[in-house]
Amino acid sequence: MIRLGIPSKGRLMGQTFDWFLERGINLVRSESDREYAGHIEGIKNVQLIFLSASEIPRELSSGRLHFGVTGADVIQEKLVGFNRLVEPVSELGFGFADLIIAVPSFWVDVETLDDLDAVSAQFRDIHGYRLRIATKYHRLLREFLMKAGVADYQIVDSQGATEGAVKNGLAEAIADITSTGNTLKANHLKILSDGRLLKSQATLFKSLSAEFSQEESQVANLLVEKLST
Amino acid sequence: MTVQKDISLEAKNLAAVFEATGAEIVELDFLQISNVLLDLYGEDIRGRAFITNDPVYGEMMLRPDFTIPIVEQHMVNNVSPARYTYCGKVFRRQEDFPDRPREFLQIGYEIFDGANPEKADAEVFSLVNDALSGIQVRIATGDIGILMAAVKSLSTTETRKNALLRHIWRPQRFRTLLNQFSGLSSKPHPTQDVEGYNKIIDKFEIIGSRNVQEIKERLQQLKSENETAPIDPAEVKILDDILSLKDTCTVVLSYLEKVSKKMQGIEKTVDNFAKRLDFLGSNGINVDLLDFEGSYGRTSMEYYDGFVFGFYSETYKDLAPVATGGRYDALTERMGQGKKIPAVGAVLRPDLTLLLRENNHD
Repeated sequence: MIRLGIPSKGRLMGQTFDWFLERGINLVRSESDREYAGHIEGIKNVQLIFLSASEIPRELSSGRLHFGVTGADVIQEKLVGFNRLVEPVSELGFGFADLIIAVPSFWVDVETLDDLDAVSAQFRDIHGYRLRIATKYHRLLREFLMKAGVADYQIVDSQGATEGAVKNGLAEAIADITSTGNTLKANHLKILSDGRLLKSQATLFKSLSAEFSQEESQVANLLVEKLST
Repeated sequence: MTVQKDISLEAKNLAAVFEATGAEIVELDFLQISNVLLDLYGEDIRGRAFITNDPVYGEMMLRPDFTIPIVEQHMVNNVSPARYTYCGKVFRRQEDFPDRPREFLQIGYEIFDGANPEKADAEVFSLVNDALSGIQVRIATGDIGILMAAVKSLSTTETRKNALLRHIWRPQRFRTLLNQFSGLSSKPHPTQDVEGYNKIIDKFEIIGSRNVQEIKERLQQLKSENETAPIDPAEVKILDDILSLKDTCTVVLSYLEKVSKKMQGIEKTVDNFAKRLDFLGSNGINVDLLDFEGSYGRTSMEYYDGFVFGFYSETYKDLAPVATGGRYDALTERMGQGKKIPAVGAVLRPDLTLLLRENNHD
């Protein structure tokens, strides 16, 4: 039985259903909407597993899922050495989002990472603690700033409504996903010109650690054939 | 195949070398409160340590090293000079090298003694060298103190020197700044000066704890930076030469003695270097054969600021260093809130020394 992970909520789920349907694959959720399971019309031996998009990386890397749809951003944040664990089959063309670093718009002296680094030193001198950056992408941000040689900052965890963290006094800057930038503007923030960590979109991934029986391989090949771009 | 039991025995034998000095044997808690480590090492430590949470103390870490908790204990005891030794497990996340162990034994030795720093430097190095006798290793040494002195003696503004000193341990950013300050690459040019900013300030919503005054100060600072003359290319050349030094200690010393005629600010650290070589010599180390690298120790965590050294496997190039050590006066000064507590220390990895010993017999 091939296990295919589908995001369980909201627009991402709806768009995923549409995307599969456009390629001749009709995903069917079990009759009771409360049950997080389903199947594919006309293809036997595929089980749909509905999961939070943020849990799909873990399930793919453990091999409990053979395939799964989730954002490239969560894959890279959650899986160390992600390209050894999963392989992208197809980019789905929605759920576009960039992971960026943003600071208050009134910081007219800060445009680049160079500036952010200098300001972190200034901030620590004046305030006695490290400049706080709110994010849920701890690992990606840390690696990015380490490579850029930015020092004297600290990460504070923010699992939601991150754009509001500066106004709410929880942080001085943020790193978060943005698609249009409107939420950032509404929260009086601007993006650093070289502060783009990655570009992400919803992507169908294949697990590189899941086992495929002969029968499962056949079904998997059929799916990949229909779905590859 | 290396087994735990053998590593423990190896550790015991190595530890004996350090315990024989009469150093106080220290034992520490596995769990350490994160704040102190974070404040000193910065966010990077979170990428290297295992983090857990205590309902009362908040974030805690499985000790990633012994040094900082030992400095803390030393400050409480407040008896100098002091020598400490320890043997215990440390814990490290391995994101970049998934095949390296997450927990391993570390043996360490730390001297807190300001009376004769160069003698203490030589003592630590020689003990490690003794402990590793019979194992084939490559030794690297350096001196971050000489680099820092060279930066401090540049004829330019304190602001520039402080910016460079802050990034001694991040070679790439150090280079970016040095290029900017010496006119080789362009500098940040804000779109506004303070006057322009005053005119548009009403358009912005002011949020967060960094205030308008701080922004104006930095705008002012950028302006005066842009009006400051570039650092003299001759001085940059000296700095570059020191950074790219790679020779035996003896050769490097005679070179640095010549350089210090041109750059007098480094004279004292070069004298100290000479003294250290003398002490090493009297401990039986042949400094004519000991390698010195001008940039050695710059990519470790912000930590060492004087003598630095490392012992590496010749056979396994990817292996973590078998032993590393150095002087960390700046770290202790920060922890002592300005009070100087000169300190030098080293750590050894019994799992790796054992691996190399077994290799010798093959």
